[in-house]
Amino acid sequence: MALTPAATKAAPPLPVRKPRRNSIDLMDRKRQRWGWLFVAPFGIVFLTFLVAPLAYAFWMSLHTSTLATGTTFTWFANYVKAFTDPIFLGGLGRVGQFALIMIPAQMIVALVAALVLDNLSTALSKFSRLMIFVPYAIPVVIGALMWGFLYSPRFGPATDIFGLVGLAAPDFLSQGSIFASLVNIVTWQWAGYYMIIIYAALRGIDPAIYEAARLDGANGRQIALRVKVPMISSSMVMVLIFSLIGTLQFFTEPQVLRAVAQGAIPVSYTPNMYAYSLAFSYSQFNYAAAISFALGIVVFIGSYLFLFLTRKQSGLK
Amino acid sequence: MAILTPRRDAAVQPSQVDSGSLIRRRNTTRDGGRRIGSHVLLLILVIYFITPLWWLAVAATKDTAGLFSGTGGPLWFDQNFNLWNNIAGLFEHQGGIYWRWLGNSFFYAFTGGIGATILAVLAGYGFAKYRFRGRNAFFSLLLGAVMVPMTALVIPTFVLLSNFGLVNTIWAVILPSLLSPFGVYLMRVYTQDAIPDELLDAARVDGAGELRTFFQVALPLLRPAIVTVLLLSVVGTWNNFFLPLAVLSDPNLLPVTVGLNNWQALSNAGAGGEQVWNLIVTGAFVSVLPLIIAFLSLQKYWQGGLSLGALK
Repeated sequence: MALTPAATKAAPPLPVRKPRRNSIDLMDRKRQRWGWLFVAPFGIVFLTFLVAPLAYAFWMSLHTSTLATGTTFTWFANYVKAFTDPIFLGGLGRVGQFALIMIPAQMIVALVAALVLDNLSTALSKFSRLMIFVPYAIPVVIGALMWGFLYSPRFGPATDIFGLVGLAAPDFLSQGSIFASLVNIVTWQWAGYYMIIIYAALRGIDPAIYEAARLDGANGRQIALRVKVPMISSSMVMVLIFSLIGTLQFFTEPQVLRAVAQGAIPVSYTPNMYAYSLAFSYSQFNYAAAISFALGIVVFIGSYLFLFLTRKQSGLK
Repeated sequence: MAILTPRRDAAVQPSQVDSGSLIRRRNTTRDGGRRIGSHVLLLILVIYFITPLWWLAVAATKDTAGLFSGTGGPLWFDQNFNLWNNIAGLFEHQGGIYWRWLGNSFFYAFTGGIGATILAVLAGYGFAKYRFRGRNAFFSLLLGAVMVPMTALVIPTFVLLSNFGLVNTIWAVILPSLLSPFGVYLMRVYTQDAIPDELLDAARVDGAGELRTFFQVALPLLRPAIVTVLLLSVVGTWNNFFLPLAVLSDPNLLPVTVGLNNWQALSNAGAGGEQVWNLIVTGAFVSVLPLIIAFLSLQKYWQGGLSLGALK
């Protein structure tokens, strides 16, 4: 009723408005160019320190440098070499194993801690939340150095702790246990950070939903697993992607522990360590670039595939 | 179960009108047994996460002999309290280079972190509030870049920088640290939700230019996200190890992470004179204090912010 007069009023000046609209469009288009100015500073850094190194690495990886012939263009020879190089493939397999063990370990600790904290509002729970998070504030190198000391039979408390129950302490830095020792360091360092992300997502859920579930007869565990976990799936996917990318480029912890764990960690333990030693110990920059680039592709495809498979949960486009 | 269910329903019904937080509290106080169980679990977690730091704090008060065979064991103080001597030792060993490393770490973290944040805020605002040509293409490229492992860039970056003679200068650490695709992504997501277009249009109608609209209208509303991105990028640069390890060789330019790692490698390999275990431990302890203090005192800023990326 009220709309009709407005609509009839608006109809006559339409032909007059059309050119005005065009000039607004023009002004608008001019204004939208400001977007470029805002994005430009980042764009320059993006081109210089991401696109250029990637392109250059790719270019380098297509060349081979020998003392006899100098640098020659050899197409994909370095990639053929990399994907048949048992050291590189061994390293990839190893970070794959780390991904299978380390990511679930971090996520379970983070999720359990977040679910427990979400149910409590005592002083102890607030204190615990901070204390579980604190390792994130420790640089990875310092964390690894510290655990190196803790694992060491000379400095560490393991002998005393295991002695209490009359057992001999295991050698955490031996070849057989270094894998588990590294998993422990990474879990200790990152679980708290992931816990905070998951916890914040849990806090964002409307408690009325729990109430509804309870009225339907759900108990605490069912609410946690069937209501809370599905509702925070986008945060869980984000955490998983973070830890996947981090795990596949594993470098710092094994590199630092190498000095302490004599012999248990070879220089080519992970693909990144292999590329580092190729470049800086053997000056094989072309092959190192190929390894870096191949690793980058594997990580990119891996995480992209994962995002694609979980696109329903993550809500990403 | 069968006994619990009716009691639960009875307790739930009257609380239907209560606010969410009240319901929550009531439920947790009702289940006494589960509450104790939860607290025990939390205590175990806290002990696991805090023991290494406790060890570090205690070990920082020992001399080298005390580290190996202290009277109180690895997790308790030695009879000989040596913290001040260790700190004095950090001033003496190799001309007090430790403090220089610590200063370098601060310098890199703040220049790199602040720079990356400024770029991310500008770019995030540009992506969120303008529809310029090529926006979507650039943004998809950027989303892909979030998934490029940064360490894969270190070796090519090193070679590129060495072509320009920038290796072994502070720029080799600072410039690559300015790149933070994830920061831009966070800022775009946040800007889109926090700043309505109508508000910007109103400012424009009032005669404000684009820059003035950004600085005076948009920027104050973005503060929570800015603090988060700043914190993430400062921590990222502070933690960085692979990049400075690769591009720096001058001991005077090293950040504290690479420096301490060098001392540790020397102490493991070297003879008595190079074994400075007490200085490594005390140095590690001193270097973690600033960030722990910063995180504990800035709690209210980062706690909500860290989950920003998952909101969308």
